[in-house]
Amino acid sequence: MTAEMSSGKVTTREGTAVSGGPPLPPAKAPGTRFSLNLRQSGIYIAFALIVVLFSILTDGELLSPQNISNIMVQNSYVLILAIGMILIIIAGHIDLSVGSVVALSGAIAAVLMVEMDTPWPLAILITLLAGGLIGAWQGYWIAYFGIPAFIVTLAGMLVFRALTMTVLGNQGIGPFPDEVRTLANGFLPTYLGNIGLGPLDGADLFTLLVGLAAVAGIVGTQWRARQGRIGYRQQVDPLPMFVLKMVTASAVVMVVIVQLARFKNLPWVLVLLASLVLGYTLLTNRAVFGRHIYAIGGNLHAATLSGIKVKSVTFWIFVNMGVLSALAGVIFAGRLNQAGPTAGNGFELDAIAAAFIGGAAVQGGVGKVVGAITGGLIMAVINNGMSLIGAPSERVMLFKGLVLLIAVAFDIWTKRRTGSAG
Amino acid sequence: MRKAHGMTDDILRMRGITKTFPGVKALQDVNLTVRRGEIHAICGENGAGKSTLMKVLSGVYPYGSYEGEIVFDGEPCRFSDIRDSEQRGIVIIHQELALSPYLSIAENIFLGNERTRRGLIDWNRTNAEAAELLERVGLRENPTTRAMDIGVGKQQLVEIAKALSKRVRLLILDEPTAALNDEDSAHLLDLLRGLRDEGITSVIISHKLNEIKAVADSTTILRDGRTIETLDMEGDEVGEDRIISGMVGRDLEHRFPPHEPKIGEEALRIEDWTVHSPTQRGRVVVSGAALTLRRGEIVGLAGLIGAGRTELAMSVFGRSYGTDISGRVYKDGREIRLRTVGEAIGHGLAYATEDRKRYGLNLIEDIKRNVSSAALGKLARRGWIDDNEEYRVADGFRAEMNIKAPSVLSVTGKLSGGNQQKVVLSKWIFTDADVLILDEPTRGIDVGAKYEIYSIVNRLADQGKAILVISSELPELLGLCDRIYAMSAGRVTGEVTRADATPERLMQLMTKEKE
Repeated sequence: MTAEMSSGKVTTREGTAVSGGPPLPPAKAPGTRFSLNLRQSGIYIAFALIVVLFSILTDGELLSPQNISNIMVQNSYVLILAIGMILIIIAGHIDLSVGSVVALSGAIAAVLMVEMDTPWPLAILITLLAGGLIGAWQGYWIAYFGIPAFIVTLAGMLVFRALTMTVLGNQGIGPFPDEVRTLANGFLPTYLGNIGLGPLDGADLFTLLVGLAAVAGIVGTQWRARQGRIGYRQQVDPLPMFVLKMVTASAVVMVVIVQLARFKNLPWVLVLLASLVLGYTLLTNRAVFGRHIYAIGGNLHAATLSGIKVKSVTFWIFVNMGVLSALAGVIFAGRLNQAGPTAGNGFELDAIAAAFIGGAAVQGGVGKVVGAITGGLIMAVINNGMSLIGAPSERVMLFKGLVLLIAVAFDIWTKRRTGSAG
Repeated sequence: MRKAHGMTDDILRMRGITKTFPGVKALQDVNLTVRRGEIHAICGENGAGKSTLMKVLSGVYPYGSYEGEIVFDGEPCRFSDIRDSEQRGIVIIHQELALSPYLSIAENIFLGNERTRRGLIDWNRTNAEAAELLERVGLRENPTTRAMDIGVGKQQLVEIAKALSKRVRLLILDEPTAALNDEDSAHLLDLLRGLRDEGITSVIISHKLNEIKAVADSTTILRDGRTIETLDMEGDEVGEDRIISGMVGRDLEHRFPPHEPKIGEEALRIEDWTVHSPTQRGRVVVSGAALTLRRGEIVGLAGLIGAGRTELAMSVFGRSYGTDISGRVYKDGREIRLRTVGEAIGHGLAYATEDRKRYGLNLIEDIKRNVSSAALGKLARRGWIDDNEEYRVADGFRAEMNIKAPSVLSVTGKLSGGNQQKVVLSKWIFTDADVLILDEPTRGIDVGAKYEIYSIVNRLADQGKAILVISSELPELLGLCDRIYAMSAGRVTGEVTRADATPERLMQLMTKEKE
């Protein structure tokens, strides 16, 4: 029974410069791993296609410096919500209340800053705490009382919208302090002046340097991770594939960065968003807490019987969602320079759609932060591109709806085709 | 030719039925002949193939998914689903009752078979006909009462009424009295006799031997997916011992790796353990149970379905089952508290569940993440996981346990039962557990992989771990364990050492009724 495994002398494959160690059974041939990932990479291919499509339809206007900047700034709050939402969806829950929480936290921030003259950093801190409390309230009913998240957050959607109206007295409150508006809408200052880029005209030098640092960071960590895997004799992409991936990623980052640098500088929200994506990617990939979220969504019973504190994890992902909703609320209100009673209407649906377009599974257990961000960007590009070509809003909605349906259909189709369980 | 022969007095002939699941042969060349107008019992150990055979007969497994032929009432049958077989008059009542709790008795009886007039439900006819059927089965309830408001015994009668409404000619009952009290059981058996007098043939799957003795006209014994024999129950020659010896068989050689136990100190002791059902108020599931496990020892826990073995194990494992749990647990002689699964794991306990797919594995994740899932803390520093180390650990288990998969990044949902079980065992070994409770460790696993699992269990014992094996297969317990406890109806009814253990002795303890 063990015969076929013990003759593992064929271990060292080309390219993996490893010596010594116990004999291990041969791994799969290089390259097979890449073709299996259609289900995961489909979303990025779709994103690329949509970008190309709208670039052509808008004569390149989509990728113009100002428009790229606009897409980032206009959609930052939905992307922030999508990060919180993906954690909840991975755990097998849903949150319908985030739009109302965005509105309520915007209102709280407005009352603190505009009416009570609280210093803005303190006001933001209090608002985030309030968001956490809202999340704790919902998390309690869901995790410890056992009411389905759909119901609790549907109730929350109504309750927090009602509280928003109460706090605001049914009218908008503004304007916000300049700092908050800059955070939501503005750009980093010009630190190092401009540099000429030949036919592309001048560009902000600091932005370009940040871009180069980001590229170096991405390639560096990926290379280290690859070396680490090889050190542990794991399967990695073949070197040409790795190089291709890195070049593509660097090119995408640099195109965006150069365009931003040509326009003004980095938007503050982009800096914020980038740190959130980085932090939450680490959390989901590498932290024990993140792993527990996947375990709960993948098989609740097995997670419970493995000693995972299911209730506590569930509670905290809703607290997290509350804080992120409050952050999105502050940014949204700051951008409009006013907290209004209808703020955030429908944001929950955008965030949920972003997560599912980004490859999350309806049953839970599957999903990635970067996927949700990509899903959000797909919708953002559709919104932006269609409005650039002057499409009426009903057609935008129609298109977005169909994209959501097709994305999930594709996911289920690939799952069925590969015959994986669940 | 066969037709003319079959018409005489056999209502059902199943010939050469073979049914294979991926990796497991559930039925192998099984024959069953049922005479018209008799009560025919089918008995065998859990997993002997009784339920599978009845699912073949009733079309749950459609024609083409099995080999062999079915002749019902002289005509060959090729059922494509349950509806098909019901039209011919074959109705099966499953172990888990299939009533819709919020519908009335009458609605349940005519579910899928509604009494209508011009496309609308005729409530007067529905309730009037339901009342007649209820009278036939001797159930005095208003047809408009909701199914959830009557007890299990009465629900069973509603199921039979439902079968009668379909003009049943062959009624199949899968463990009909498993959840019933003595009074309800007696009533049900009386009813079956009454139906027999009306000309309705019944097949009853049961392992309550006294019941079979009382009601059956003939008995077919299955073992390991094969027909062993069919006994005529008329007269008194066939006793319970006769049935037991047919059920357990006698071929233990070569299926178990040899093992010399090195038994050490006491590792875990459970005293006076009582557990109540979380769903049925006041029902005692485990009553005053006491067990002792020692290091290096493989202890078996025998019992039939409903004996309370899994409930005992899960309630000890951090109160994963039951309410109102009382009793004491000692680890290495010191009393410990196990209020959560986390505490149980912390005290070195592990519980590998009987249902790997539902409770044991995250099927959409890979081997690596399943292996690490119960002890992520060991791989993490300040909450951050070293995923290269995780890979190394998982790959080590893959090699050591001989998990057949291309790599530890393979999704567990695609593995065979045996390999899935090895992943589960790896997961628990990685928690550094020294008391392992293995619930049905070889269920749904083919013979070759079973041998591997037994070898792993022996190896774990040799490392000084205490092991409790819950199994419904007596040969497995006899071949693997150094000592065996038996449970019946929530109580530990006895304990036998390897030397004294015989299938007959265990079966007696497992079927022991209340004193």
